[in-house]
Amino acid sequence: MTAQHPIAHPSTGRRRLAPAPRPLLALIRVEARLFLRDPGTWFFTLVFPALLLTTLGLFMPWADDPYDATDPVLGTITAITGYTPIVLSLAVATVALTGYPATMAGYRQRGVLRRLSATPVAPSRLLAAQVVVNVLALLVAGGLAIGVATVVLDVSAPAQPVTVLLAFVLAAFAAFGLGSLVAAVAPTTGAATGVGMTLYFVSLFFAGVWFPLPLMPEPVQQIATYVPLGAATQAMTAGWAGQPFPTQTLVVLAAWSLVTVPLAGRLFRWS
Amino acid sequence: MDDSVIEVSHLRKTYGDTQAVRDLSLQVHRGEIFGLLGRNGAGKTTTVEIIGGLRRPDSGQVTVLGLDPIRDGARLREQVGLQLQDSQLQPRITVREALDLYASFYPEPADPTALMAELGLTAKAGTRFDRLSGGQRQRLSVALALVGRPQVAILDELTTGLDPHARREAWDLVRQVRASGVTILLVTHLMEEAERLCDRIAVIADGTVVATGTPAELAASARTGRILSFVPDGPVPDGLLDAIPGVQAISLLEGRLVLRGANQMVQDVLVALAGAGLHADDLRLEAPNLEDAFLELTRTEKEVAA
Repeated sequence: MTAQHPIAHPSTGRRRLAPAPRPLLALIRVEARLFLRDPGTWFFTLVFPALLLTTLGLFMPWADDPYDATDPVLGTITAITGYTPIVLSLAVATVALTGYPATMAGYRQRGVLRRLSATPVAPSRLLAAQVVVNVLALLVAGGLAIGVATVVLDVSAPAQPVTVLLAFVLAAFAAFGLGSLVAAVAPTTGAATGVGMTLYFVSLFFAGVWFPLPLMPEPVQQIATYVPLGAATQAMTAGWAGQPFPTQTLVVLAAWSLVTVPLAGRLFRWS
Repeated sequence: MDDSVIEVSHLRKTYGDTQAVRDLSLQVHRGEIFGLLGRNGAGKTTTVEIIGGLRRPDSGQVTVLGLDPIRDGARLREQVGLQLQDSQLQPRITVREALDLYASFYPEPADPTALMAELGLTAKAGTRFDRLSGGQRQRLSVALALVGRPQVAILDELTTGLDPHARREAWDLVRQVRASGVTILLVTHLMEEAERLCDRIAVIADGTVVATGTPAELAASARTGRILSFVPDGPVPDGLLDAIPGVQAISLLEGRLVLRGANQMVQDVLVALAGAGLHADDLRLEAPNLEDAFLELTRTEKEVAA
């Protein structure tokens, strides 16, 4: 009998079932380590939003000017305070539109998902682990940006923190929905990166990363209301500065989530 | 209860217009190394993917360890280890991490440390997947197929891309795994691999099994056959040669008629030609070797027509 052999199959004895959460936890742990093993990913995901905000806040002459002097509410916050929601949108977009879809498409292209489907653990668990790791990364990135803003830059606290939080969560859902749609249909890492990057830069434009929205022409501001990360910036800004409750932009974010998440679920291919 | 571990009968699978598998049947017994031998595109991978529960057959029955691969998929995957062709891991995952991760998927996994030692991967434990050589990736892939301590291991093109030395090591490994009590279904397009490693072989061509037996049986059946070829001096009437007992296959190769079959067909063929008023020019008679048998068995229709 070869019972002590490491690869001998268990011919006798009871078969206990694996505790259900164990493989998922193991997958999350591994995906988190792989995420941290890639310097480019963790720098742009975790550090860059906070670094951008700090650089602008410390070195830009406009940082302490009123955010929008022509607006009775936006005139009461500093420009760098007004830029903080923009950086949070940037953090959301970076996680949901660059790293996550490219990683998932790569896993499909390389057969990682197919290999998993030959084990007792469904490949959907790997998708779940990726989402968990990226959401954790987003929380770290957002926390870091807000931490730096409060401690180093003297950014004023949000007037309506609950509204800001709600907008942030809905923005994350909408952006992950969009990213999942890319991950669902992109056949290769290259395709996912190309489509994801295009969406990313369009999102950054409408989120106001290059020009804060109040400085943009009226039609662009109108369009931005309907673009996920434009709506996210506007909703978070409204909550931060104490404007009326941003019902319209929050509904837009919810609508994006309600369309993209189920659609991605329907279209996702595992091999 | 017989000792069949895998039973496949009348399996069919079509992709669009392509019939990947047609009426394929086979049986794998407990503890044997069973070879699925065929050329690329013969339907081998589709067959093992159906056996492993990764694809749904159009029709036919498949039973693995008494389980239906689709209906009992979860239980099947705990007891069947699959080494898939062209499937990689996360680029930055290390050998150790991959084995620990896959071990966590199974109720009673093997010890990853012991498995790495067994497969000569201990020195590479901390190496990322994208920095492993082809041979090391193959060994890791085998390790992952075995980490759940399966009763059946399916190895698809195990030695593709390996140099001759690494290939021999992989063969030793397969023998070792079998010695530990695991039944092995080995998919290969290499005659030599099937001949040296397998207890029994099913030769697959065009999506179906064209011959089954031990390597010795297949070789013997090939050696009793003959290849008769000649250039007829006129058109051969339809059905003239097909009807002759012992003629198994007729093909036309660059103007030569090539007949394969039993030794005793030779006399009858020449008589039939004479009866039709034809002469056989440049007549040759050969005894095929095992390789000829394999090539003949797996010849595609297009080549026969050519």
